[in-house]
Amino acid sequence: MAVNKKKRMGIKERYSLLTRGLGWDTTYQPEEKVYPYDKYEGIIIHDWDEWEDPFRLTMDAYWKFQAEKERKLYAVIDSFAQNNGHLGITDARYINAIKIFLTGVSPLEYAAARGFTHVGRHFGGVGARVACQMQAIDELRHVQTQLHSMSHYNKYFDGLHNRGHMHDRVWYLSVPKSFFDDAMTAGPFEFLTAISFSFEYVLTNLLFVPFMSGAAFNGDMATVTFGFSAQSDEARHMTLGLGVIKFMLEQDERNVPIVQHWIDKWFWRGYRFLSLVAMMMDYMLPKRIMSWKEAWEIYFEDAGTSLFEDLGRYGIKLPKFHDIPAKEKDRLSHEVWSIFYNYTHAAAFHTWVPNEDEMQWLDSKYPDTFNKYYRPRYDHWQAEKDAGNRFYNQTLPMLCQTCQIPMGFTEPDDPTTICFRSSEHNGETYHFCSDGCKNIFDHEPEKYVQAWLPVHQIYQGNCGGASVEDVLEWYKLNKSVDNMDYDGSPDQKLWEQWQADRAKAAS
Amino acid sequence: MPVTSIGEYKFEPLDKRENFHGNILIYINWEKHLMFCAPVCVPLSPDMPFGALVSELLPNVYSAHPEFEKIDWDAVEWTLDHKPISPEPDQTLEDLGAHHKSLFRFTTPGLNGIGGVAS
Repeated sequence: MAVNKKKRMGIKERYSLLTRGLGWDTTYQPEEKVYPYDKYEGIIIHDWDEWEDPFRLTMDAYWKFQAEKERKLYAVIDSFAQNNGHLGITDARYINAIKIFLTGVSPLEYAAARGFTHVGRHFGGVGARVACQMQAIDELRHVQTQLHSMSHYNKYFDGLHNRGHMHDRVWYLSVPKSFFDDAMTAGPFEFLTAISFSFEYVLTNLLFVPFMSGAAFNGDMATVTFGFSAQSDEARHMTLGLGVIKFMLEQDERNVPIVQHWIDKWFWRGYRFLSLVAMMMDYMLPKRIMSWKEAWEIYFEDAGTSLFEDLGRYGIKLPKFHDIPAKEKDRLSHEVWSIFYNYTHAAAFHTWVPNEDEMQWLDSKYPDTFNKYYRPRYDHWQAEKDAGNRFYNQTLPMLCQTCQIPMGFTEPDDPTTICFRSSEHNGETYHFCSDGCKNIFDHEPEKYVQAWLPVHQIYQGNCGGASVEDVLEWYKLNKSVDNMDYDGSPDQKLWEQWQADRAKAAS
Repeated sequence: MPVTSIGEYKFEPLDKRENFHGNILIYINWEKHLMFCAPVCVPLSPDMPFGALVSELLPNVYSAHPEFEKIDWDAVEWTLDHKPISPEPDQTLEDLGAHHKSLFRFTTPGLNGIGGVAS
């Protein structure tokens, strides 16, 4: 009997068969009907074969790596649950960061899975399609593992019970939702510039690092382990992000201005979305990692500047308005915390006035602004609360047409005056929080006139009714449980009961 | 600029005036009082007299602020869509030139927020 001496294929060969060998030229339909979306954006691709595969990963290697990571992750999640890991966190206030993550970020992982599945079908180049399809599977894995990691907290804490429903309806969650909807309704090249490059490559360190280090600092081993499990995927996604930008720029110089505009737009979109993270870092972690300002300086001003120096050889410049965040970094988190303090009665998490130690930390990180502008406000709010008048803003806020955040941001050169910008389009007026958001609208007004602004929708009668109670019910929020100040919340009572039980057991 | 799209791209704005049951959306901001984190948005009748806005609406919106009761309304400076106005109480919003999604900003001389630092 003849021995089959056929050699096993090397990884390079298998990869090339997967990404090139499985492709074919269409015969009974023209190419442009099979891939109808990959030309209309104006990006010119001369040769898809020049696509440098960012990560030569074959399907069998992929399953093997991911299965190993999965086994480790679920072992940790199980032991976290069995050992009552929730008792080991620094303070129950920390869980509010998890609530924002679960309702604001995890649904974006799912949206990313949808988006990458879509573009993974629609690129003309087979290498790009495979890279996007693999990322789509990663994103699906991320949303699942995040839900599984965090579901433990749902057994004990409030506001974690309905993330999908909330993501589609709750006012502040329209900020991340509309961000991703904007990307998904763009063409495939803009989608990759938005998500793979601007978000995953340029800004991801400002999203994942704060949440994952925040988890580590605050005893949340479930989330930390998820973070580790996602890290190698994220590295792959970042490589794709940079790879796709360089590919577009190298294919044709007419691509440069189109890509530059997308970078300008998605830098600003991403930065406005990250204002939620700024608030989380400076206010919601009982044990802080670093300030938002420090994170911005390290991860954007230093790292980002060298990235854009590198891209300079293609004619790409730093994003338009990149200098505005430098002006806002001393106030961003305070302005956003103020927004949520104002409207906590309509939110699915709690807020509070920072305690004295925390205010000293804030002053040490923001010596030019904190004591001057924000401490007097907190002192007043605390005094009002002590007198039984916890301040809640009773009137709905004006929102930015583009980022959909309440218009709480101040003029770049004046932290005491709200920044107002507006545009007219077909006889209608539209308002914006910044030049960055106005610029995005002015470029594609027809897209943003369709924005589903939560405040306007409430007034149109599309959100369950006219009173706050009606709207909360429509959000499926449990009144006086999920919302309102942390002080006096069921979360706080439960946490303090656990601490008292522990003290009793120890004595 | 038009949207780059695969076909005709034309949609109705979601917030047209006729969607608000006869009201118009009005935005209001009390300058230098950032304890109210953002301007507010309220649906109002275009026939509402300006005096009613000041005496009936604004107390509901802003009276939680310790400086609200100290406001000298005769000294208040108003702008409508960034242009200075001198409104009379019996003028309606429409008389003043306010339209759907107009913005009123008012400054209260001498009152600059908690601690005098715009809170």
